[in-house]
Amino acid sequence: MKRLGDFFDDRTGWRALVHEALFERVPGGARWRYVWGSTLVFAFMTQVVTGLFLWASYSASSQTAWESVWYIQHEMAGGWLLRGIHHFMAQAMVVLLALHLLQVVIDGAYKAPREVNFWLGLVLMMLVLGMALTGYLLPWDQKGYWATRVATNLAGIVPFVGPQIQQLVLGGPDYGHHTLTRFFALHAGFLPATLVLFLVVHLALFRRHGLHAKQPITKPDGLFWPDQLLKDAVAMLAVMAVVLGVILVPAVRTMLAGGEVVTGELGAELGAPADPSQTYAAARPEWYFLFLFQFLKVFEGWGATGEFLGAIVVPGLVMGVMFLMPIIGNWKLGHRFNIAFTLGLFAGVAMLTGLALNEDYSALWTDRSKLGEATRLFDETDGDERKLLAAVGGDATKAAAIARQFSAVEKFRRSEAFLAAVRTARADAERAAELAGRPERIPPGGALELVRSDPLAQGPRLFAQHCGSCHAHIDPASPDAAAVLAKASAPNLHGFGTPSWMKGLLDPTRVAGPAYFGNTAHKDGDMVSFVTGDLQDEDTWKPTDIEAVIAAMAAEAGRVDSTVPAATIAHGRELVANEERCGACHRFGDNGTDLGTACDLTGWGSRVWIVGIISDPAHERFYGDSNDRMPRFGKAVDGGIAPLTDEQIGLLADWLRGEWYRR
Amino acid sequence: MKADKPVPAAEDSRRRFFAKAAAIACGGLATLAPVAAGVWTFLDPLRRKSAAATFLPVTDLSAIPDDGVPRQFAIVAERVDAWTGFPRDPIGAVYLRRQKGSKDVEALTATCPHAGCFVDLEPGARSFRCPCHNSSFTLDGEIVEPSPSPRPMDSLECRVGENGQVAVKWATFRAGIAEKVCGS
Repeated sequence: MKRLGDFFDDRTGWRALVHEALFERVPGGARWRYVWGSTLVFAFMTQVVTGLFLWASYSASSQTAWESVWYIQHEMAGGWLLRGIHHFMAQAMVVLLALHLLQVVIDGAYKAPREVNFWLGLVLMMLVLGMALTGYLLPWDQKGYWATRVATNLAGIVPFVGPQIQQLVLGGPDYGHHTLTRFFALHAGFLPATLVLFLVVHLALFRRHGLHAKQPITKPDGLFWPDQLLKDAVAMLAVMAVVLGVILVPAVRTMLAGGEVVTGELGAELGAPADPSQTYAAARPEWYFLFLFQFLKVFEGWGATGEFLGAIVVPGLVMGVMFLMPIIGNWKLGHRFNIAFTLGLFAGVAMLTGLALNEDYSALWTDRSKLGEATRLFDETDGDERKLLAAVGGDATKAAAIARQFSAVEKFRRSEAFLAAVRTARADAERAAELAGRPERIPPGGALELVRSDPLAQGPRLFAQHCGSCHAHIDPASPDAAAVLAKASAPNLHGFGTPSWMKGLLDPTRVAGPAYFGNTAHKDGDMVSFVTGDLQDEDTWKPTDIEAVIAAMAAEAGRVDSTVPAATIAHGRELVANEERCGACHRFGDNGTDLGTACDLTGWGSRVWIVGIISDPAHERFYGDSNDRMPRFGKAVDGGIAPLTDEQIGLLADWLRGEWYRR
Repeated sequence: MKADKPVPAAEDSRRRFFAKAAAIACGGLATLAPVAAGVWTFLDPLRRKSAAATFLPVTDLSAIPDDGVPRQFAIVAERVDAWTGFPRDPIGAVYLRRQKGSKDVEALTATCPHAGCFVDLEPGARSFRCPCHNSSFTLDGEIVEPSPSPRPMDSLECRVGENGQVAVKWATFRAGIAEKVCGS
């Protein structure tokens, strides 16, 4: 062994190199405050290692990026841990950068002869932030996509060359394959290569100047190895422990609660696949850029000038001052100014971050009941002060007090909306992952295709956009049901086709209620008078008859309980078809009743039936001339553009019927 | 600064030993996590098995004239490539042939047993030849010397249904060895 060592030492001189690397003198002995630089190098090395392994499984294109990250996260053994370490170490790196910078400024380590090394450090900081920014897009999920859109649009407001810069970064006029390949090349190639270059010089200069000792020196000198390196190693281990803790603590919690740990849900989040056609109200930058996001709000109302000031001029000036610190430090009070500036900057960043978080999450800790009256008046007056004055009976003092609460109401509403958006985003993400995990896997067109053809993902959105302005869709047992139903002007479609829905329709106390025909033109129609009249005659309609009708209708919808005897359904079908009962108005199978009086009940609630009524409710099979207000959503006969495609109508029908992929 | 001066403070060598051991242990442990996670994920492909051999419908008997001449057919099947599922995708090719008056179909995979290239049928259909290293085979799939191939072309099990549908038990075999072993 020794001879082998000698052989290589003769030819490379490695022993001297190692000796020089390890036996560096540490003036005043090893100290904890010197560990930050080493932890940063460690964090960077961790990113290189985990990044290279991630690279081995990642595919940068808009049809494979999300998909390959999903595969790493949910399918590959250990992928969740690898991705988790990479994700959270990136965040740890930003924190360590801040600590390193703070320590260097406070200790005055930027002063002569170390000015150049300080500048190199600032460049390194910008490179790290650049890697954080470019890495955020790579999973091509909603979160990264929308955050990057904002960031690249800000690049577009740079004077003169902004649009060109933007187009170069995006790899074209729009977001797509080349945005990913470019961001990936930046993230894993250009930026880290540049960073390594600067890091080598940074470390070489650090060794040349020696460690900047904290004054006054009271203890004897120590050695880098093992004194300082032990402290460094402990700090590195602590950093890694924190990162692993963030990844694993949720798993431990689940286990303690007796739940089953799903490794794919641990570590870094993966949102739903990026979809330019879908609003994403939960869009926020990563937490360490939140301060910039909040800072831009200061310039709200200034238009492009404001964005230019907030995103480019002010951050540029701040960086400028930081680059000048070694020079400012030579002045009489320069060092104190530098410390004050840095601390002020950190305080400002912390404050802006706090403000941003408060705006988004305040609904979590705001006492809603205190805003009760203000909320009611806000809705009644639309926030108009003159109307408010009238609403409180001309009491100017009260009006002023309430008006002051209006901004709190608005803030609460905004925060609530954000939290709801975050919940939606999470549900979408979970759903996308669930769909991708089907045995058939992801279609060649990508996961977005899968999400777009999923009734569970699209149904609620289509319903809200096209149906929700009239129809409610809420579980009648839900506590908010009464309030939601009061606002609806058409039947509640929750559970449409199920026995319980039909039971409510045939209930004399409910048929003219808000969940059924209460808020429609059919309120005083034949069906309501039938349910409240004829159907109550127990000689003709025994309770078992009504139950049989309910079962038969649910059977038409294909949603009847398997425990219901076939004889009951058959009996119900006879009653429905009977021309002296339902069949008097309704066509059912071949009972001979003319269409046009009431809905054809053949296949009521089935997919075909629902698609039919959404496509053309005024068709004689449905409401005919007595159609209330429901517009036609399907193919227009006059050649106009239909509001919904056949696929969308099918998605709505499937969603209403509860038919979607389940694990 | 060069550390050619003696150690500033005369340290207890035992303490120094523990400091060194602790530094190595802590540093090693911290480094272990990312490396282990990386290697763990990198080895994931070893867990994946190729699909078990199954009969796949290829063509109809009428598409294979009983003249003893092999004809090439694509094997189309459902295929999963990591995250992507292809409902119907060509995954390989076979040569099918039928002797005069026979209803039995013989199948040879088009993958060369030497190095996995695609074996061509020679013009005139007298023999098979692999374009990569000139492995040559008779129409029965037997080796024509000199040939770098260690074994004859791989035959596949073939089944003709009552309706005349020809199904082939598709499998891939390891290249470059004298034995016919499943796997890729």
